[in-house]
Amino acid sequence: MRAFTKITALVAPLDRANVDTDAIIPKQFLKSIRRAGFGPYLFDEWRYLDHGEPDMDCTHRPVNKDFVLNKPEYQGAEILLTRENFGCGSSREHAPWALEDFGFRAIIAPSFADIFYNNCFKNGLLPIALNAQIVDSLFKELVEGYRLTIDLETQKITTPGGKSIGFDIDENRKYRLLNGLDDIALSLKHADKIRAYEAERSKRAPWLFAD
Amino acid sequence: MSGKTLYDKLWEDHVVFTEDDGSSLIYIDRHLVHEVTSPQAFESLRLAGRKPWRQSRNLAVADHNVPTVDRDKGIADPVSRLQVETLDNNCAEFGITEFAMTDARQGIVHVIGPEQGATLPGMTVVCGDSHTSTHGAFGALAFGIGTSEVEHVLATQCLTQKKAKNLLIKVNGHSGAGVSAKDIVLAIIGKIGTAGGNGYTIEFAGTAIRALSMEGRMTVCNMAIEAGARAGLIAVDEVTIDYCRNRPYAPKGEHQFMAERLWQKLHSDDDAVFDKVMDLDAASIKPQVTWGTSPELVVPIDKKIPDPALEPDAVKRQGMRRALEYMDLKAGQAIIDITLDKVFIGSCTNSRIEDLRAAAAVAKGKKLADNIKLALVVPGSGLVKRQAEAEGLDKIFMAAGFEWREPGCSMCLAMNADRLEEGERCASTSNRNFEGRQGYGGRTHLVSPAMAAAAAIAGHFVDISSVLEGRQS
Repeated sequence: MRAFTKITALVAPLDRANVDTDAIIPKQFLKSIRRAGFGPYLFDEWRYLDHGEPDMDCTHRPVNKDFVLNKPEYQGAEILLTRENFGCGSSREHAPWALEDFGFRAIIAPSFADIFYNNCFKNGLLPIALNAQIVDSLFKELVEGYRLTIDLETQKITTPGGKSIGFDIDENRKYRLLNGLDDIALSLKHADKIRAYEAERSKRAPWLFAD
Repeated sequence: MSGKTLYDKLWEDHVVFTEDDGSSLIYIDRHLVHEVTSPQAFESLRLAGRKPWRQSRNLAVADHNVPTVDRDKGIADPVSRLQVETLDNNCAEFGITEFAMTDARQGIVHVIGPEQGATLPGMTVVCGDSHTSTHGAFGALAFGIGTSEVEHVLATQCLTQKKAKNLLIKVNGHSGAGVSAKDIVLAIIGKIGTAGGNGYTIEFAGTAIRALSMEGRMTVCNMAIEAGARAGLIAVDEVTIDYCRNRPYAPKGEHQFMAERLWQKLHSDDDAVFDKVMDLDAASIKPQVTWGTSPELVVPIDKKIPDPALEPDAVKRQGMRRALEYMDLKAGQAIIDITLDKVFIGSCTNSRIEDLRAAAAVAKGKKLADNIKLALVVPGSGLVKRQAEAEGLDKIFMAAGFEWREPGCSMCLAMNADRLEEGERCASTSNRNFEGRQGYGGRTHLVSPAMAAAAAIAGHFVDISSVLEGRQS
């Protein structure tokens, strides 16, 4: 997994609440058995005027020019600014895969759906939940070329005007993201504890260990 | 010291150890696997040279991509076929039990888990699927996970989690005629919103919940995720224990006796403290119909579509306007005036035997309305299908003009060939009405099985409670 330390990047505003994972990556693309290559289909139904199918060459598809990510001023954006409950709906990790593959490194919103939030950290994507009024103020001050600096180590966002905004993150998640660590390798370091748990539990609930 | 909630008990029972920052490694008793969210997990496992920690705790089935007709001919779409074959190959390579597409036990993962007794009270149950919350109906801690976590569970039988907060939703009193578990949960979502349960585990309680069958309880917990909660829970009682007895994977003999004694303790203590409590009067709930593109945009059948102009919150107002435009509906329109093109009865929310019985009771002796192009009934599993056929439900549906199909997720999310065409409007017993969910440009109204069947017969929504009350009087 790619580590996340500090970025200064262009911000794209997606001014909608309850953006669901079906919108982030429609189901037909979930038929892929690969982990990469979802970026061209991110927000497929909003980005394009035709119906997308897996393995389609997107370079010649008719584009919805009104959709924010198609506007010239937001090309190369790495930070997505959006509204409440981003990522609600299905557990598909294809949603963060598509966002990451498209080029996003961080998402700022007042709140995130729990499973999506969790999935982001497994893919080097930093979801930042800020107070709704602060998010609203960022939407209001966003102008062409608006860039934010996000520093994970100090847990601070710096606006172009020099204002500093702190954000919360679990220590454990922060450590893993800063170092790009593989969760499984970390958990397997505790293999003895897992075995001890199993031994103890099998006395209390032997039917779960009968096979 | 105050007592513990059911969630507290389940959590504590599964903690392997807790880190300084409060995150814990928790043990997973049952891992259900399907074809859509697992291929990348198996691939990573293979690349890292890792093996499943405990093969026997995994149970796999293909459900999202499977066709609901001509199953013996296989899957026509080569991309869907590859995904299902990939699951078959992965299960064979890693020694995991899989119910193949032609197995009588095949079906939607959240239907077959409980049906087989692979889901039991007191367990932790996970699956790469958000509707894993369904299994919480058994007093099990069950939640959906992403593909990285699927890989983590395969490799370690554990997950790193932070404990959620406790939310108690009490549905008191008795619900009226024609009001099902689906209506109760849609009414809850309408009240707390799709983000209302974010960060919480919801325990559903109260007399109206206790009065539900296991099928009804699964419907309620299934949609906890639509209220934003990863997990929903219902305490164990005799109904739960009766359901589990004699299931293929359920404990037998001495283990059964021991298990049942333990399961009886799976309820919140009387003095347990919840972070939030909400009360709802079951008698006030009418059959529900969603009108928008989020499950929270829902109204009772006898109401009109709300006017966004009256919504004080700007972000919500904008969401309502977008939804009306996408759904091609107008504020002030009566729900009963909405006409439909298709009807879908199925999904992990409403495809169990009781759901099919409720729909068949309405359809019996009637015919589909002329404007209904297609009405699908898709049982949740091969065993549900067999049971329904033994009861003659298939004949009732087919005589009325419904199509009787093979089990799978089908038109809930249209990953197989069953879908809405652009602009088509559907009464659906599924769980999500998001834009494009049932097909590109398709329009979904979420309802109960009886409401869907009634809409198929009338060609538009009807108030099933008034129909049923009329019948009784």
